[in-house]
Amino acid sequence: MNLLWVVLLPLIGTLVPLLTARFGRSVCAFSVAVLPAWSLTLALMYAGDIFDGQTIRQSIEWIPIMGLDLSFRLDGLSLLFLLLILGIGLLVILYARYYLSEKDSMGRFYAYLMLFMTAMVGIVTSNNLLQLWMFWELTGISSFLLISFWSHKSEARKGARMALTVTGAGGLALLAGLLLIGNMVDSYDLDTVLANGELIRSHAHYPIALILILLGAFTKSAQFPFHFWLPHAMAAPTPVSAYLHSATMVKAGIFLMARFYPVLAGTDLWFLVVSLTGLTTLLLGAYIALFKHDLKGLLAYSTISHLGLITLLLGLNSDLAAVAAVFHIINHATFKASLFMAAGIIDHESGSRDMRKLNGLWKYMPYTATLAIVAALSMAGVPLLNGFLSKEMFFAETLNQSMLGSLSWMIPLLATVGAAFSVAYSLRFIHDVFFNGEPIDLPKTPKEPPRYMKVPVEILVTLCLLVGIFPAYVVGDLLSVASFSVLAHDVPVHSLSIWHGLNIPLLMSVLAMIGGITIYYNRRHLFQFQSHFDETDAKHVFEGAVQSLVTACQNVIKTLENGSLQRYISCLLVFTLAMAAFPLLDLTQNTGSRPQIPLDGVTITGAVLMILSAIATVIWHRRRFAALIFLSVVGLIVSLAFAQFSAPDLALTQLSVEIVTIILLLLALFFLPQSTLKESSPSRLSGDLLISGLIGCVIGTICYAMLTTPPNTISDFFIANSKTGGGGTNVVNVILVDFRGFDTLGEIVVLGIAALGIFKLIAKMRIFLPISDDRGRAWSNDPHPMMFETVSQSLLPLALLVSFYIFLRGHNVPGGGFIAGLITAVAIIQQYIAHGVLWIKPRINVDYQWVIASGILIATATGLGSWIFDRPFLTSWFDYVHLPWIGEFELASAMLFDVGVYLTVVGAVLLILANLGKLTTSERINTEENG
Amino acid sequence: MEATYAFCVGVLTTCGFFLVLRGRTFTVVMGLTLLSYAVNLFLFASGRLKLDGAAVLGQSSEYSDPLPQALVLTAIVIGFAMTAFLVILAMRSRADQGNDHVDGQIPAKPTKSVAQSKRNS
Repeated sequence: MNLLWVVLLPLIGTLVPLLTARFGRSVCAFSVAVLPAWSLTLALMYAGDIFDGQTIRQSIEWIPIMGLDLSFRLDGLSLLFLLLILGIGLLVILYARYYLSEKDSMGRFYAYLMLFMTAMVGIVTSNNLLQLWMFWELTGISSFLLISFWSHKSEARKGARMALTVTGAGGLALLAGLLLIGNMVDSYDLDTVLANGELIRSHAHYPIALILILLGAFTKSAQFPFHFWLPHAMAAPTPVSAYLHSATMVKAGIFLMARFYPVLAGTDLWFLVVSLTGLTTLLLGAYIALFKHDLKGLLAYSTISHLGLITLLLGLNSDLAAVAAVFHIINHATFKASLFMAAGIIDHESGSRDMRKLNGLWKYMPYTATLAIVAALSMAGVPLLNGFLSKEMFFAETLNQSMLGSLSWMIPLLATVGAAFSVAYSLRFIHDVFFNGEPIDLPKTPKEPPRYMKVPVEILVTLCLLVGIFPAYVVGDLLSVASFSVLAHDVPVHSLSIWHGLNIPLLMSVLAMIGGITIYYNRRHLFQFQSHFDETDAKHVFEGAVQSLVTACQNVIKTLENGSLQRYISCLLVFTLAMAAFPLLDLTQNTGSRPQIPLDGVTITGAVLMILSAIATVIWHRRRFAALIFLSVVGLIVSLAFAQFSAPDLALTQLSVEIVTIILLLLALFFLPQSTLKESSPSRLSGDLLISGLIGCVIGTICYAMLTTPPNTISDFFIANSKTGGGGTNVVNVILVDFRGFDTLGEIVVLGIAALGIFKLIAKMRIFLPISDDRGRAWSNDPHPMMFETVSQSLLPLALLVSFYIFLRGHNVPGGGFIAGLITAVAIIQQYIAHGVLWIKPRINVDYQWVIASGILIATATGLGSWIFDRPFLTSWFDYVHLPWIGEFELASAMLFDVGVYLTVVGAVLLILANLGKLTTSERINTEENG
Repeated sequence: MEATYAFCVGVLTTCGFFLVLRGRTFTVVMGLTLLSYAVNLFLFASGRLKLDGAAVLGQSSEYSDPLPQALVLTAIVIGFAMTAFLVILAMRSRADQGNDHVDGQIPAKPTKSVAQSKRNS
């Protein structure tokens, strides 16, 4: 599983700098380098196999259902990129050790860098499309962290945000494209995808998938028109630019195109989109680079231009062009990374990157200048350097295509023009910085950097020279295996040598050189010409676009979320209406086949009464007391309806709850305004009436359709097993305490929590105690009439007896814990009303919280008890016992559970009402003090 | 019978939602109470209507569906707890905010009165 470790080691390395940062900068840098070096060694151990033409694969199952495996794959292309990523990564680690100042957090920097390295290694070794995409996104996030490393700088934050937005959006397009591809071949396995190129190219969705994937690649590789983010990412520390924007992140897009080259390339669409985008980017980048005064800006646009070149090569649909593209990936990475590092050294030692100030540095840092000049000459494509070789191949390939028909001659011409500009800006880099007079008020006097800061540049420049002079020995094999992976068939014969004889590419090179020198010599005229254009700053355009998007969203939110509950409810209802009503439109018949029950007089009377009371509640809702009375009529008829339609338990429950609810609302009304002012406008009223009316129609229709459809119920099981399994004949009660006992347990817990919540809400309430009703009439001076006191007091034992009876019989005939609890609560509340809180307090001195708690405890304990007998939670037990005088009766564990229900209901109802009642008395002062 | 039942449910729903859409807490609580009647009746209706068929073994030949009844029974009790919580919250809101509007403050009227007063002055 060594391949897995290639990825894992850098990931573990993310933690290393965080631990070692405290031991000093050199220790930190050294310790960070260990794991990538190890990883690189592991990768190199596979080199032999790869050069033999093998592909290494390793995988671990991850989420098999979704086709997601952690699977890795190493072939020539992957190996090439691994060398670039890990090799240049190691050099960057060394370079950053000297570049970062004491103020920068080195641990954080290295941690981000290692995270980024992991992501890149993951991309190039993934053997699964989704996994590849995951690492792809990880590069976006980690590069965001790296670019915004100096987060105190506004341009760093803006640049990072722009890079993240552009590449992140591209990443989403890429995901869509990869999903499409995965759908076409029915697998996310890269091997499978690569083997099915023919199928994918002939698929109807091929153009869509191609464009989506190219969007991902173009945004990442800063191709026109998405190139604008790269120059702004230069706000990052220079080691980051050297790493991300020369060798790795921007090459991820190129890698993607190369990876899918066997699958996606070869069509006219590929040629048109890829080569034309590449050509445009090449020219645009080369042209703009000349005018940048910032060293890194020049390099950034030069990078854009070179990425365009590679893209153009990949787009030419020719095997040799693909080889040239791979070769230029290597060359560009070496010379551009060294140039960025040199620019960083200049910035570090002179305090400026402005080429208008930097002049004549040759005198101050001849050694660094030599290195930078060699690298820049390679960028210009001067013979004996690696840039020359790939540029020659590029020229040869531009001549070798005829895709644009009779206009095909334009491509080599434009390529030469681009190369000329590339020579010109390279010359500017050399001449403007190292010669051209004396430096102009630099913050520091320039000097040579620390010894080891130059080492990475030396290594890279040496590579440029070695590849440039002995190409076949140094990179020949690597280039062949990498090209083989791109082409997926044998690599065409290509010769890596400096001298190919006098031919057209050489002529083009010479022309480009002469053209470049001419352009640079006459640069003043060009600069003057360029100054006629208003330079638009992509940052402002981008930030403006983002800002207007944010403003638009905020406006929408402000409109939707204006803080009005009524508005929210209306929106919710309209939405519900839309969702519920539209399916109903398809329902042609709403009457089912179930035989209907004929109407009778009593039912009609009840229905009419209910409808009238409901409407009366609405009409008089502003006179709250009257509305409440009408409301209670509705509730009573509902309980009658339950009784009528064979639900005696429900009728009893509804009746007792109704009483408690109305008492509660009356009590609350005492503290609230007794009437409502007329507030809503007629249009609002009619609007609300329309919405609620429509909803009523929809609900009524559904209800009718349901009632007339023959039932399809699971209740037969309950009816059949109620007596034999639960020991009771009242099926409803048996369901509550036995079959669905767990539900009931949950419900009494909710009840208890609600009651406790109310208790807390009441405890600190400082509410105004009205001394009269809203019409100014004083309250009765005899709040506890003697008749009422006497009658209710004598009723209490009777009521308790009834509730006890209801409780006992509940298992077999209508009754049970809920109903008995409510009846008990009502009986005690009646005492409260009759005698007042002060009178009750010394007589019923019970803490209702404890009643609730003991109820829930008993119910839970009953459930747990079944564990003792090795049964599942809440298994019930019952048996029949014969006692003399009383006769045979049943004992069931469900009764004990019902006691828990009973106590909870009694406790909850009394806790709510008694505490609310307390607010009306002088007791409340104590409550407030205690609370 | 079924049509009447469904009609009642529809009317209760309409009245309930209309009151819920009002701006004062107590009215909203009344609306929710009406709505919970409607909901309970609706849920109960999923067991279909049956006369003289209480789900007590041995009391009738054909039983009504006991399952919706059990569900509605607990729904009624919990509905009470929720109504109670809401109404106490309404009281608390009035005590703390000094008004009984659902938004905790009486919305300013962007209205003619301002324009008129300007014109008058």
